[in-house]
Amino acid sequence: MRQGPIDEAIATRGHLPGGLLEVLHAIADRLGWIPPEAVERVAKALNLSRAEVHGVITFYHDFRSEPPGRHVLKLCRAESCQSMGSEQLAAQLERRLGCRFGETSPGGAVSLEPVYCLGNCAASPALLLDGQLRGRVTAGRLDRLVDELTAPAAEERA
Amino acid sequence: MTTTVYVPIDATARSLGADEVAAAIAREAAARGESVNIVRNGTRGLCWLEPLVEVATPAGRVAYGPVDAADVPELFAAGLLRGGDHRLAHGRTEHIPYFKNQERLTFARVGLGDPLSLADYEANGGLRGLRAALSAGTGADIVEEVVRSGLRGRGGAAFPAGIKWRTVAATNADRKYICCNADEGDSGTFSDRMLMEGDPYVLLEGMAIAGLAVGAEYGYIYLRSEYPDAERTLLAALGRAREAKLLGDDLLGSGKRFDIELRRGAGAYICGEETAMLESLEGKRGMVRPKPPLPAIAGLFGKPTVINNVITLASVPIILDKGGQFYADYGMGRSRGTLPFQLAGNIKRGGLVEKAFGLTLRELLYDYGGGSASGRPIRAVQVGGPLGYYIPAAKFDLPLDYEAFAANGGMLGHGGVVVFDDTVDMAHMARYAMEFCAIESCGKCTPCRIGSTRGVEVIDRIRAGTRRSENLTLLRDLCDTMIHGSLCAMGGLTPAPVLSALDHFPEDFLR
Repeated sequence: MRQGPIDEAIATRGHLPGGLLEVLHAIADRLGWIPPEAVERVAKALNLSRAEVHGVITFYHDFRSEPPGRHVLKLCRAESCQSMGSEQLAAQLERRLGCRFGETSPGGAVSLEPVYCLGNCAASPALLLDGQLRGRVTAGRLDRLVDELTAPAAEERA
Repeated sequence: MTTTVYVPIDATARSLGADEVAAAIAREAAARGESVNIVRNGTRGLCWLEPLVEVATPAGRVAYGPVDAADVPELFAAGLLRGGDHRLAHGRTEHIPYFKNQERLTFARVGLGDPLSLADYEANGGLRGLRAALSAGTGADIVEEVVRSGLRGRGGAAFPAGIKWRTVAATNADRKYICCNADEGDSGTFSDRMLMEGDPYVLLEGMAIAGLAVGAEYGYIYLRSEYPDAERTLLAALGRAREAKLLGDDLLGSGKRFDIELRRGAGAYICGEETAMLESLEGKRGMVRPKPPLPAIAGLFGKPTVINNVITLASVPIILDKGGQFYADYGMGRSRGTLPFQLAGNIKRGGLVEKAFGLTLRELLYDYGGGSASGRPIRAVQVGGPLGYYIPAAKFDLPLDYEAFAANGGMLGHGGVVVFDDTVDMAHMARYAMEFCAIESCGKCTPCRIGSTRGVEVIDRIRAGTRRSENLTLLRDLCDTMIHGSLCAMGGLTPAPVLSALDHFPEDFLR
């Protein structure tokens, strides 16, 4: 199953000068993470060492070495959002999801991550849910969001 | 009769429900048998009113906001399509003081129409800069026009763009590159994003002009991955620009060539530093390179490279169109032209304010911003991103100009202004500055990699009351080492927020 996306990423992006990030993005876009077998195959195809590929994967926050939960929730924890109470929202999320930032909630519904600025600073606090930006997040809205993401029905659908 | 209704497609507006508002307007109009043409425009930058719906009336565009999808039936009942009065109505958009009092040069077109319409772009002054550049005698003439404008790098370092271009133009090489730094990672800044989503062609045009000026035929836009909307817009704009010969092998029929490729970052703040960005574009870890060599001499793939940020490059077309002197007539001192300031954080009227250099922070915070969002007194303002100084209220009357601001312990940077009310704990913010540096340091130099972690620990001890005066001395020592020993601005400027918090708000460290 995993052969497809990795081969495709190498075929479509591997020829670009300095294209390693492009190849890794193409894999992550499809799979949500970079599986271990990708390291060797990408290294070989791009004439790099495995250490170089591993080094790039671990340098950038976007490339995960573990599969994410069914949803990825990134809460902005930078200054602008802090000035509008994002640290309280951060504590609320950890409490509600039962996991810390950088972890996935038990049951695998949500991977919780910090992000440092989403460029939505005139509508702080902000978060990114599965690539969708939300602004002016309040404690009430966040609670409803977590309810939706962790509801049994949502889990079955996902 | 068909009425044109504008609903922004900008990421901020969409994050607040603009898509749902547009759908509700289409639904309501259909139900009432009214004919509407919904245009998804860029944002006007009046972000506190987003989603801001505008209706084209014979008297001009009338603004409504912030509109929730649930408000739409009621708005129609109040005569939305004729610019009728309603509690969310603000009269003509262009008459709202926040908008009317701005000096929009770089953002002149943002918010007017569909960002991807090349017809709108040309009708509103687009392509004139590129045409002027193509009919200029030589690349050197273009470079000198940019030198004359006084345009300085808007990404933060404020290096004169024309001088950088001169160096690249004068360096012989078989290939040269134009790199647009669109890794707008500073908290409190969003002008690059708004421009790329609201007027993408002006950036492409600016890069093509830079290519003609220095003799480069290829460019890269390094876009942060946190901006998926900007990515979609730029990819669509690149395709259409090639079809219209704004890019490609035959720029506007001149026989000259220039093309651009979009590359995505991967969530590393340090890649906004220009040499780390080059490493990342080459497919490597974003490790900072020592300078020299300057990227202008040996940059991307070792070739001479112009690196400018989005706003710098997007300001070039108007300079070529109207002349360097036109642009230089705005501003004060050695800060010429305009800066798109971004009002963010705890502010009542957050948004984008493009003004000539020289207005004061107080004007920005109160005349435009209307004070804090919470209604409490503003205690501190961080200008210029996470590596910027915290400015106390006593300094709000300083003019916003690169030199004047720097002389008084500030840094304009990218023009981001993050506002904090009196509930802020400045010792916590100082700790956060060190923590952020520890998370985002590339790790190449010791003062930044290790110093930031030690900084968090020392501040924790101070806040816990452990040998406070010794640890305060140690913190200042550590900052001194980071300032003088770091390879780049990340480690070198992380002490700026820390020391300014210590200097202006010492009481917060003694609680």
